[in-house]
Amino acid sequence: MLKYALNRLAWAIPTLLLLITVAFFMIRVAPGGPFDSEKSLPPEIEQNIKAKYHLDEPVIQQYFRYLGQVLRFDFGPSFQYRDWTVNQLIADGFPVSLSIGALAMLLSFVLGIGIGTMAALRQNTGLDHGLMGVAMLGISIPNFVIAPLLILAVAINLGWLPSGGWEWNWRNMVLPVITLALPVTAYIARLMRGSMIDVLNSDFIRTARAKGLSEITVIRRHAMKPALLPVISYMGPAAAGLITGSVVIERIFAIPGIGSYFVQGAMNRDYTLVMGVVIFYGVLIIAFNFIVDLIYAWLNPRIQY
Amino acid sequence: MIRVLSLLLVLVLVIACKPASESEQLPAAKDGDMSTDILRRGNGEEPQTLDPHLATGVPAAHILRDLFEGLTTESMAGEIIPGAARRWNISADGLTYTFYLDPDGRWSNGEPVTATDFVYSLRRSIDPQTASAYASMLTPIKNASKILNGELLPVKLGVVALDTSTVQIQLHSPTAYFLGILNHSATYPVHRASLEAAEGSFSRPGVMVSNGAYQLNDWKVRSFVELKRNPDYREAELVQIETVRFYALADQSTETQLFRSGILDWTNDVPIGMYQWLQENMADQLVTSPWMGSYFLGFNLSREPFRNNKSLRIALALAIDRDLLTEKVTRFGEQPAYTLVPQGLPNYTPQAPEWASWTQAERDLAASEYYARAGYSKDKPLRLEFRYNSSENHKKIALAVTSMWRQKLGVQTQLHNEEWKVFLQNRKQKAITQVFRAGWIGDYNDPSSFLDLLASGGGNNDYVYNNSHYDNLLSEATRERIPTRRRRLLQAAEAIMIADQPIVPLFNYVTKRLVSKRLRGWRNNIMDHHYSRHMYFSDIPETQQPVANEKL
Repeated sequence: MLKYALNRLAWAIPTLLLLITVAFFMIRVAPGGPFDSEKSLPPEIEQNIKAKYHLDEPVIQQYFRYLGQVLRFDFGPSFQYRDWTVNQLIADGFPVSLSIGALAMLLSFVLGIGIGTMAALRQNTGLDHGLMGVAMLGISIPNFVIAPLLILAVAINLGWLPSGGWEWNWRNMVLPVITLALPVTAYIARLMRGSMIDVLNSDFIRTARAKGLSEITVIRRHAMKPALLPVISYMGPAAAGLITGSVVIERIFAIPGIGSYFVQGAMNRDYTLVMGVVIFYGVLIIAFNFIVDLIYAWLNPRIQY
Repeated sequence: MIRVLSLLLVLVLVIACKPASESEQLPAAKDGDMSTDILRRGNGEEPQTLDPHLATGVPAAHILRDLFEGLTTESMAGEIIPGAARRWNISADGLTYTFYLDPDGRWSNGEPVTATDFVYSLRRSIDPQTASAYASMLTPIKNASKILNGELLPVKLGVVALDTSTVQIQLHSPTAYFLGILNHSATYPVHRASLEAAEGSFSRPGVMVSNGAYQLNDWKVRSFVELKRNPDYREAELVQIETVRFYALADQSTETQLFRSGILDWTNDVPIGMYQWLQENMADQLVTSPWMGSYFLGFNLSREPFRNNKSLRIALALAIDRDLLTEKVTRFGEQPAYTLVPQGLPNYTPQAPEWASWTQAERDLAASEYYARAGYSKDKPLRLEFRYNSSENHKKIALAVTSMWRQKLGVQTQLHNEEWKVFLQNRKQKAITQVFRAGWIGDYNDPSSFLDLLASGGGNNDYVYNNSHYDNLLSEATRERIPTRRRRLLQAAEAIMIADQPIVPLFNYVTKRLVSKRLRGWRNNIMDHHYSRHMYFSDIPETQQPVANEKL
């Protein structure tokens, strides 16, 4: 087990290096530079700005300079938000994305499993069809449609919650969390229903029932763990996606998370910001996949590392 | 299972509880908050920086106007009035400006604002090491251009402190709009000691020292910038609103929703698609007003088919029905334009071509003639590439314009939608562009802010327009001190340029926003400059107010 963990960690390093390299050169290949604007700068000024950010050096030299910085966990200054370093931007934005993402993840995990299990137990009944129909809607309606509808109904017509903006209190979190959780909940519910039906039809469940265990005990003690396997493997990347923020949600609800930095950074050719977010995101995905594998092993006795 | 869940729950609780203490410090903006001491302004994109000499973009400028004060400032209606300088003298040759500082001028730390502060700040602004994007605003000052390209040191700038409260500025040519430049952020004073101590993180609460009506109190990135009244401001007793928040809201729909739920008093913009709805439902809060900006198309005169083909350029300019475009496509009361310089600038009449007064039918007829003269016909149609940067609005305009060309002349156009930075690069390289979208917002309230755009060899001349007659008239105008003569020179220059048609003006921009009915103390002005220090809240109906929000 320990050997496996160390092995995985060792693999993370070349993976990240590859990620950094590809991202570094890709963003520089894109036409235009961070300081291009509609109003051209005097050449002398442009030269000085480039020198300040080492953009006048050969790209290879910039690359190794950047690798050196990353080793010291210094992502450098943002080109766009000139008063802030990329580290500061991530440090300010990540707690926001994390709280909304983690709440959404929790909500969708609990609801999704509950709904999925319920539908599986009442397979092919009206309840099953109803729940799965709603889940299908949840998956197919994009959140940029749901969010404005929620805002219109709850924030503007009823006036219960703010329509957007960010303060550290629950009122500002409710709508974004719900919007973010809806499609994930629906997806988990469908996964859960499918796997639960499979598990319920397997031999060991029949044995458990034959022993005279109550249905609740059968589900809780025997069926739940194996039925969760597909949900867990989906949750890894989904969780990384949720807590690193969503561009759409952040824009619609005016939330200062880190999701927008990725897209905005790329549009503005804010090289350092894009790189910082890419690396941060990469580390999170690797970490989550690792955690998921560990949970997997705990849930599934057949897996040996 | 239970363990996983409870772990998650604990995690979430920890996260949700941690910042609870922070939330108490912030005055939460609740729905329908009727407080009068906080003004909440939607402000577009997050400002890049609040260092006045490095800042670019409209959002930062809105905030900086509240934080800092130049030698001059503006009235509610946008006229130049004394700012940090109480009065000034201009020498007879128009080259020497002597400013007498207001003795009440104070930094937000209580220190007096001195002439030395202005000398230091202007030198810093022009210093190529500072790398200010707006340094070229200072080029009317003596030696500024040479300092900018590294031939002279910043200390050689034509600015001296005659004593602690007198600043003298030498110009290299009489610049009629110079007082207006002294209101631009590139000329704002900065507090040397705090700036140098901050080592690059100057625009932070508690670090920044400013001399305007407000001081920086808080900055939450991509959330808001909060300003507090500066009790040491020279006219502090006239400033009514205690706290101003500028919210960074890149999305106009979000901004409108925040306004509707009472979280904003003032928006930066409104969504294009909501115009009709807003007119029907929120007409009393919707404000539109002419803005000092032009929307136009540019031709690349260095490439086929537009090189040496004036007839073709005129044909395409004639065939666009601008009234239809502004009524049916842009729909915010934009003014159809035939000139680069927008309407409403002081002491200037934009020079429209003769055909601007024709009916569209007459223009269409002439367009066909010019098109034929240029060597094209229905059988031998012009094939064109039209470039614009990705935006719903630009796309609609591009579609409308090119379909007018196709219907009336049979021009076959290929639309190229490009991401902003790609678009800019293509425009600047001038190697593949033919016709492309362009726009310009004036930096200062003077026609030269627009006309300099097309000077030969200028950094922003993406049209490769090159007309020595035009250039000469512009440089004569720079040297001219008598307003009517200068006006005539600039008008002549514009008339020549428009006759050559290197660009096709389509319309003048308008500003459009929602403003709370309770907010007073502001007026529409062509620069769209609105100082929070003039504003106040009132519940008395507007008609009984001495200061009404007159529309321009």
